[in-house]
Formats: sequence, C-alpha cells, structure tokens
Amino acid sequence: MRDKKIIKFTVNGNSEEREAVVGETLLKFIRDELNLTGTKSGCEIGECGACTVLLDGKPVNSCLVLAVELDGKDLLTIEGLSKNGELDRLQQAFIDHAAFQCGYCTPGMIMAARSLLERNANPNDDEINEALSGNLCRCGAYQEIRDAVKDSAKK
Amino acid sequence: MSDLKIVGTSVPRKDAMEKVTGAAEFIEDRYMGPMLYAKMKKSTVVHGRILSIKTEKAEKHPGVKAILTGKDYPNMIGLYLIDRTFLAVDKVRFWGEPVAVVAATSEKAAAEAVDLIEVEYEELPGVFDPREGIKPDAPVIHENLGNYEIVPIFYPTPGTNIANHFKIRKGDIEKGFDQADHVLEKEYYVPQMQHVPIETHKAAVQWSPDGKLTVWSTAQSPNVVRQLLAKSLDLPMHKIRVISSYIGGGFGCKAGASIEGLLVPIAQKYPGHIIRIVFDREEDMQGTFTRQALFSKLRTGYTKDGRITALQYEMIWDGGAYTEYGVNIVRAAGYSSTGAYDIPNVKTDSYCVYTNNSIGGPVRGFGMCEMQWGIERQIEEIAKQLEMDPLEVRLKNGMKRGSTTASGQVVQDVDYEKCLKVVADKIGWGKKESGKDGKLRGKGIAGLVKCPAQPSNAASSAIIRINEDGTAHVMVGATEMGQGMLTVISQIASEALHIPVDKIDIKVPDTDFTPYEWQSVGSRITYTCGTSVKRAAEDALGQIYRIAADLLEVPQEDLSYDGKKVYSTRDPDIKATIREIADSCKKCTGEGIAGPIIGRGSFVPTNMTNLDPETGQGNPGLFYCFGATGVEVEVDPETGVIEVIQLASSIDAGKAINPQLAKVQLHGGTIMGLSTALYEEVRFDKGIMLNRNFTDYKIATFDNVPHMDSFIVETPETKGPYGARGIGEQPMIGVAPAVANAVSDALGVEFNSFPLTPEKVWRALKDKK
Ligand code: FES
Ligand code: FES
Repeated sequence: MRDKKIIKFTVNGNSEEREAVVGETLLKFIRDELNLTGTKSGCEIGECGACTVLLDGKPVNSCLVLAVELDGKDLLTIEGLSKNGELDRLQQAFIDHAAFQCGYCTPGMIMAARSLLERNANPNDDEINEALSGNLCRCGAYQEIRDAVKDSAKK
Repeated sequence: MSDLKIVGTSVPRKDAMEKVTGAAEFIEDRYMGPMLYAKMKKSTVVHGRILSIKTEKAEKHPGVKAILTGKDYPNMIGLYLIDRTFLAVDKVRFWGEPVAVVAATSEKAAAEAVDLIEVEYEELPGVFDPREGIKPDAPVIHENLGNYEIVPIFYPTPGTNIANHFKIRKGDIEKGFDQADHVLEKEYYVPQMQHVPIETHKAAVQWSPDGKLTVWSTAQSPNVVRQLLAKSLDLPMHKIRVISSYIGGGFGCKAGASIEGLLVPIAQKYPGHIIRIVFDREEDMQGTFTRQALFSKLRTGYTKDGRITALQYEMIWDGGAYTEYGVNIVRAAGYSSTGAYDIPNVKTDSYCVYTNNSIGGPVRGFGMCEMQWGIERQIEEIAKQLEMDPLEVRLKNGMKRGSTTASGQVVQDVDYEKCLKVVADKIGWGKKESGKDGKLRGKGIAGLVKCPAQPSNAASSAIIRINEDGTAHVMVGATEMGQGMLTVISQIASEALHIPVDKIDIKVPDTDFTPYEWQSVGSRITYTCGTSVKRAAEDALGQIYRIAADLLEVPQEDLSYDGKKVYSTRDPDIKATIREIADSCKKCTGEGIAGPIIGRGSFVPTNMTNLDPETGQGNPGLFYCFGATGVEVEVDPETGVIEVIQLASSIDAGKAINPQLAKVQLHGGTIMGLSTALYEEVRFDKGIMLNRNFTDYKIATFDNVPHMDSFIVETPETKGPYGARGIGEQPMIGVAPAVANAVSDALGVEFNSFPLTPEKVWRALKDKK
C-alpha cells in the first residue's frame, strides 16, 4: 500500500540494492530491513544521539533521515567498524576505559567519536564535548568516554 | 584476605566486546517470531469517571487485530499496595493513564486505530499537591483504598488519600529539644524527576497453545514480574517464563512490574503470536514511575557546641496516582530519617499521599536524595548559626561503628569520617578561592548513607555448573543494566573456584532456567547474589574435593587445590586435574564415582527484622553504605549560572570487587546527581506533564560534566562477599546538597529546593539584596 522506492547504496563496505518505504526513517530501515540492530533508538526525534551513523562519513541522527535519502550514499554503522573480528582502536579504547555501563548509547557514541577523530586527529576535552554534546549517556560515562577518545587518538 | 587474586582487580567487563560492536542484544533487537504491535489509548483528563469507550471505528481500521479496555481486563497488580489495574477501569487518575490498548499488524496501524477510539469522561476535581491531598476534605482518589490488598508493613488510612503513614519514635523528642540550646526549623521541597534511561520501557508477550505465557521485558526483576503476573492472572509460576536481555539503563524505573501484563489477553487471543509494546520517549516520561516530589518540614535541636540532640521530620510525599511501589520509598526515607547522623531523639512522620500527578516510584536513591537534601542543608545552616565549620558539625554528629540509625539499628563497619575527609581534602576544604571577572567561588560538602530497601526475606540464589573441561557456567537471576553484575559476579565465582574469569560463562536471566533472585534493585546484587554465588562456588569446590579424594584415594584433609589440579599434599604426584574430576570421574577400574559437579548457593538476610508499627524501631538495613560529595563552584551573580570547578565523590564499597567498574559507577551516580542538582525537574500544570522530551527535560551531557575525582573507601562489610557492599545508587545522594552548600557558601544565600537553575540562583541573590 505504501509507496516504495528502489535505492542503491553501500553499507559497511558492501553494495546493496533494496526497496525502501517512502517516509520511513533510516533508523527503521537500518534496524528492520538491514537487520543491523547495533544502531539504537532512544527518542526518534533527534534529541539523544543513540541512532548516530555515518552517512558519507558524516554523523547523522538516523531517526531524522529518510531511508530513501540513503540512495547513492555510503553508510557506516557500528557493525562496520571492526574488520575481520579485529576491533577498531576506538572500540578497544572504550573497553580499556570502561567507557559505558548499559551500553545502549555506545554504538551512537562510538560512531560520533569516530567521525570526530577523522576530522580532528587529536581533539582536546572541549572539542570532544562539543562534538559529542548531542549524544546523551544516562549512565554518565562522559569522563571515561572523553578519556577513551583521547587515548585512541594518541595511538 | 590479602591473598585475593581476582577480587579487587579490574578485569574487563564481561559484556564489553558485545557492547562496543553493536552485538549486544537488547529486547528490541531480538527477532522473536510473528509479531503484533500494540499502542495505548491514553487518558486526556487527569481525574475522571469513564462514561464510555467507543472502539467500533478502531476495530474496523485495516490491520487491527484486537482492542482491549479495562472492562475486559480488570486484573490488579502491584508489589506492596495492590492499587493498580493494567488499564483504567471506571476511573482515570492521571493524565496519560492507559484506558485501552490496540494490537495491529503494524505500529502505524495501531497508532492510527488508537486515534479512532472515542472516550467520554466526567471530569472530577483533582489533587495536585500532596499537602492539599492529605487534608480531610480533599477529593478522594482511591475510594477503595480500604479494600486493597497490602503487605502488612504499610499503613494506609482508608477514606483519605494517605496510602502510607510511617512513624519513627526514637528516644524522647521532648527531652531532646529540652537539651538543645537552639532550635532550627525549615521547610524543604524536592520536585519530581524522571530516570530517562536511553532505552525506554519495552515488553513482548506470547501465549503458547499449551497455556504457557512467555514474556520478554526490560524489567530489572524477571522473578518479580513472574510472581506478580502469576498472582494477577492466577497462573502457576511454571506456566510463566520471563526473559531478560541487556537493559539499556534502569535506575529504578524498570523495577517491579510495569507493562508486561498489559498485553496478555491479546496474546491469549492469538496464540503463537508475539505482541509487542515499545514506549516512545514521551510515554516513558509520563507513563512510568517518576521520583515522588517531597514537601518536608525539618526541625532540629542542637547544643551550642554543635551536637544535634533532637530531630523532628515531617515528610509529605507526592505518591502520584498509584503508590503500589511508592509506599515503600516513604517507609525507607522514614526509617533512615537521620541520614548519616547519630541522633538520639527522633520523631518522624512520613506520609505517602495520592495525587493526580504521574505515578511515583523508585528512582536511584529510593527516597534518600529527597530526604537527605533536608538533612544536609539543615546541617549547613546549623553550622552557619553557630559559626562552626560544617565539616566539623558533620564529623561531630556523623555515624560511627556502634551508632544507631533512626530505627535504632546499630551500624557496624562504618568509616563515614574517612569518606568526608577524602573529599574535603581533595577540594581544598577551608581554603577560600576568589573567582574571576566578578564571579564568586564557594565550596560545599554533603554526606550520604543508604541501605537497600528490601523486604527482610528478599532472597537470592545461584547455580554453578562445572563443564567436562573444567570451565563453568554461573547462573543467577540478577539483571545486567550496566551496573556490571555479569563481571562482578563472575569475579566472585572465579575467586572462590580458582577458575579464571574468561573460563566462566554468565548470562542475563531467564526464569525458566536461572535460579531465583528477588530484584536487581537497592544496590543489593553484589551483596546478595554475590553471597549466593560464593556459596555455590564453595559447594562446587566441596564436591571437587570429595570426588578427588575418592578418585585419588587420599583423605580430603590431605588434598590441596591450586586452581588447575587437586593433589595430595603428602605426594604432589598423586593428582587429578579439574578436567579429570569434572569429566568422567571414573576410577581406573571403570567404576563411576560421581556425576557432573553442580554447585548451589542461596541467601536470605538473617540480620533484618520487622519494624514496630508505632515507633518504627527495628532493623530494616541489610547493610549501610556511606559516602560523601565535595564540590567547588563558581557562580556568576549577573546570570545565576553555576560552573562546577571541582567535583569529588567518595563511597565506602567495603571491598571493590572491580575497582574500575566501581569508579565508573561512582562517576555515573555523581553525574546523575549533578544533573538533578542543576537541571532536572518534571513540571506539571494541574497534573499534565509539561516537559516530556529531552529538549524540555534537560539532562547533563558532555559540556556540563566537569572532571571528577573519585575515592573508593574500603571498610570491609563483615558479612558481605569478600567484604563488599553495594554502591550503585549512593553516589547520587550527596550531590545536590553539596552543590547547594557550595553555592550558598559563594553567595551567602540559602536554598531549600533544587534544581539550582540560573533563575533560582539569580532570584535568591536578588531577594538577598
Ligand atoms: S533516536 Fe535518533 S536522536 Fe534519539
Ligand atoms: S552507557 Fe548507558 S546510556 Fe551510556
């Protein structure tokens, strides 16, 4: 009943061609169609950052983007960070610093931080605070996240 | 205990790999089978009689499978005071109360159908302030209060809105005030707050054709969900299975039972289908427990050298529309009503009052943040009146080994003094700094204490299975909501069994397979579940020795175990590896010795008692955990904006099983406390919640969180596993008063409520001038 559109894109390095429901969010598409459930939903109105993914390298709240906008773009989700079972150094730093408790904000947090590190190889506290201020962590792992980001930048 | 190998080390979290890779499964990530999606129709009035609910149009909406109203499903549920139904029956008592639920083939269809349901109400006068609600002529919200089933440790007054009145009468209050040189009386107010875990409440249910109910839930306590559903639905427990996943933050809001039972009749209509409900952010804000607001009046008598001789505390709590859980918070705040201080004469009256605001319930701290706000502010004022150092007044009155609480319980294993002193030292207590650009600096300290608020028979249990290769499975009913249960419990098992942590598997609970655990609440799991696991490990170890003795034909007392093998101390060549013992357990003759090793352990408190109904005297605390917070602030008098310059927290963990995780927990609690101190307040307009999203309800994020210093004090808890006690909730308690004390030090004004928004600070300064 609902309009659908064929879209072509790459996700975590793989080319895909899929049908997307017009009007559906990228978050829903990632979770329900691509079955990549690492990306989380915390508000669906762009306020929490739990759904952060990288679209053409830029962090977006996937709950605010339409699935059809993925057409022709490159999508990176948390599942695409580790290669052949080997963790990205930021993921390892999150483990080393215990930079989470419940872990629900963590995928979005890591994606937002990943993108910061790509723009700024050596961010200071203020730069981290600014770049991640849209990502909420109710468990309050902010200090550990800052430490993890700085530590992984050093390596 | 100095030879501990695993306990006291910071092994990485058991769930770390899954959580950084996106592989960690939360409820909503599980594919469960063919689904129906549910949405609720919510009340648009705060207090009213339901005249009619018209569902005809909604029923015809494409995709709709079932609609349920309170008339079809009047079953009641609750933990302490059973005052709730899943869906409103006859009456609604708060804005947003569910009156009907629709299940459809898509979430969208369900939402559309909800809009087609028409409900007609006759509005009734509402109660929005518990101080009004407690009056004899206030509109009565629960006419049936006298008929509700209730655990007999709570004292409602039928015919009124008082859901519980808890009393403390310790010593002789008149005498206490007579001994005082001065008396101080103040009123305090703490508003509602919300937990806002980033994962909202979610649940799914399935009814199998053979009459078994399976529930997936974000609940903190699968066993309590099972217990309450069994009662509400009149089902035997083995016909209910509650499955947990990783939980995306709890903080109390997922305690007890919430939305799990809502969908059961629909599931029964569609056996095999899975009926799912996911709260959106607004529903999570408005439809789940809020922290109960507290209006209090605190009167203390003290001598001229700063010794508090009498304390009289009246607390009027906004229980909200239903208080099935809230009555116990009111009780806990009552029996702890002297905070971290040893005060000989106490009179406390703590009232839980129904209002037409959102339902009140457990939040990290369980009444302690609200109640100790008053205590810690008042101590500050006492010090000011006497021109004494507030730290000294705290030390003078602070609990020590052998002190008694408000309920007369003697506390042991306490070093409150150390908790206070480490944070004081850290923030440079006694040295006044001057601010820049006309800003004003101040320092503040506050102490804290909390015991788990649990029934005296709240039990715990554990099973350990040793595999054929010597690895182990630890099975417990505690949930993992971020607090680190999986890791800490594995470490305790590892220490006791000498099996490395990475050879231990542990999972989140499933009531069909994991043994009983009352609830993962009250910072009790490390202690209660930890004790069970230690006992299960010791039980398994006993079996290992017995089998080895038989296998090696060496008396047990001559055997030793080094983690890999059991050997004869007389001849170390006579040995059997743990693998050999755990495996076939056969002698060379082929005769069997014993089957697989399964250790079991359980725990129930033996140091708790009921409380006297008139005096509240008795032992309600499993253990008491003390701590302190120290803060330095810089305040801009022009804008009222507070900048936190230093933030130091201490907690007496007894023994930190995993120091890194303990610190992360300490930081997390401190930040939550800071967030409530500065920003958080749920606002209502005649029962209608106004701030229902993260834009209107601000919580602390990166830019608001300064660097923190944390201190784990270790005064062993004699009966805790390896000396440990729980610390999860506590760090939050002292933050708001410490911030207020610091701001007060900077500006010379008093604060009797928080959050300390710029406006509040600015106004306080203006009023002073
Ligand atoms: S779910 Fe997208 S920002 Fe919260
Ligand atoms: S780790 Fe729980 S919300 Fe960030």
